[in-house]
Amino acid sequence: MSLIDSISLPRSFRLPRLDGLVQWIVPIAIIALWQVASVTGVVPVRVLPAPSDVALAGWKLLLSGELVRNIWVSFWRASIGFLIGGSIGFAFGLANGLSQLSAKLTDTTLQMVRNVPHLALIPLVILWFGIDESAKLFLVALGVFFPIYLNTLHGIRTVDPQLIEMGRIYGMSDGELFRRVIFPGALPSIFVGIRFALGIMWLTLIVAETIAASSGLGYMAMQAREFMLIDVVVLSILIYALLGKLADSTSRVLERATLSWHPAFQKR
Amino acid sequence: MQTALRTSLPEIEPAGRANFVPHARVAREERPVHVSGLPLGIRGLRKSFGDNEVLRGIDLHIPAGQFVAIVGKSGCGKSTLLRLVAGLEKIDAGSISLGDEVQAEDIRVMFQEPRLLPWARVLSNVEVGLGRDRASDDAHARAEEALTEVGLADKRDQWPSVLSGGQKQRVALARALVSRPRVLAFDEPLGALDALTRISMQRLLERVWRDQGFTAILVTHDVSEAVALADRVLVIEEGRIAHDVLVNAARPRARGSVELTGLEGSILSHLLSADDRT
Ligand SMILES: Nc1ncnc2c1ncn2[C@@H]1O[C@H](COP(=O)(O)OP(=O)(O)O)[C@@H](O)[C@H]1O
Ligand SMILES: [Mg+2]
Repeated sequence: MSLIDSISLPRSFRLPRLDGLVQWIVPIAIIALWQVASVTGVVPVRVLPAPSDVALAGWKLLLSGELVRNIWVSFWRASIGFLIGGSIGFAFGLANGLSQLSAKLTDTTLQMVRNVPHLALIPLVILWFGIDESAKLFLVALGVFFPIYLNTLHGIRTVDPQLIEMGRIYGMSDGELFRRVIFPGALPSIFVGIRFALGIMWLTLIVAETIAASSGLGYMAMQAREFMLIDVVVLSILIYALLGKLADSTSRVLERATLSWHPAFQKR
Repeated sequence: MQTALRTSLPEIEPAGRANFVPHARVAREERPVHVSGLPLGIRGLRKSFGDNEVLRGIDLHIPAGQFVAIVGKSGCGKSTLLRLVAGLEKIDAGSISLGDEVQAEDIRVMFQEPRLLPWARVLSNVEVGLGRDRASDDAHARAEEALTEVGLADKRDQWPSVLSGGQKQRVALARALVSRPRVLAFDEPLGALDALTRISMQRLLERVWRDQGFTAILVTHDVSEAVALADRVLVIEEGRIAHDVLVNAARPRARGSVELTGLEGSILSHLLSADDRT
């Protein structure tokens, strides 16, 4: 594969059967190598259990119902936190992108708050909420807020002013102008924000659940560490990776469906 | 938009109109078949941006249905004049009048950039041009008719990004035409096109103008385009109309004919002599 090919690959969605399989070659090869390394003893199982052991641990947890329950709890926290933080970020992005007054009023403050790493608030959040659900939701929402806010704002501000003038010339009302020109113009940038936010969402949740939780994937991993169940620890990490990939794929599908007009998403 | 337009287009007393630029009379065979256009009267029009006095008193009468080209050095205020006529800028002094019952849909502007919505299919882009009638039942049919007029009926379901520059500009023309405007202002609409596409677009512009009879105001930096298309060429210098040249050649015009080339040469020499003086 040439350099050009590999650069254009993530943006091209031809994805017939072959392309769909190609992306799995490397992960599968890694797992196979890892299995061989474990079985031959190159990697001691105390450092890294064999994939088969991890799969077995997963099977047992699945049968006991513990795995599904923990995944569900984490998934729920992630989604609700994302929805809350995302909607607030989107609302502020819209308001500050469309109204000078609103931007003057809140943008500087938000930019200042943005410079506080939200994970640094964990001790404070625990003091406020304990290890309650609200603590995790708060942290996720806060983490998700900024990428959505910033990219919505940027998207709206960079809509082609010539198109806005065109809309006005052709007699669009403010509502129509927003629906037909401003929002669709801002959408690609909003999606960039969503993709960023999804990454931050998982990261925040993992950290919050490992530090302050009594259920969820992060909690499962911490419990397993206490009992030296390294296979469960590795399992949790793999599940995080899979869920992250799932979230990313979902946003890509959405993006492809709503941005089909964009040259980057058109079949060549 | 409508209110903005109204406020920037104060009434002008019709009595004075006949006395405006009396030589702006055009030979009969050059007129479009039906004249649907509005006459345009401009008096003492001034416009400055800060200290930059761009238009310093423009007086002009354009009879209904005339095809006028405006040429001049870059930065001399051609676009500003057009934007004032279209109600996109505020008038500092003077007046522009387009008759009594002018509506927003009666005036359309076409720019050098097609300004199509990239996220709307070609047909819905054309429907945008219907203005307040966008939601009406026959919106689709009217948009399709306009697309057929510019020869792009088969592209109705395409995204703008797959069209060539010339095709995009034709869609923009269909969008401008769909409301049956009575004044069409063009701001260098062909400036970004290659030579061959330009010529076919010029023919298209001339054809729709003859079919529909709107009043056409074409800003261009290409003097040969101006004399090929227009009934009358205005040269703007130092914020005023410095020359007002009638083009009496019969249509269809043969490009490169002695008559047109002679006219082109004399307009060019006007432009160049102004250059020498400054
Ligand atoms: N919105 C604006 N604000 C400030 N100056 C402007 C604006 N529009 C045009 N001008 C100035 O007015 C002059 C005439 O511009 P324009 O009408 O675009 O010229 P032309 O179309 O003949 O090239 C230029 O000097 C330009 O810089
Ligand atoms: Mg210009």
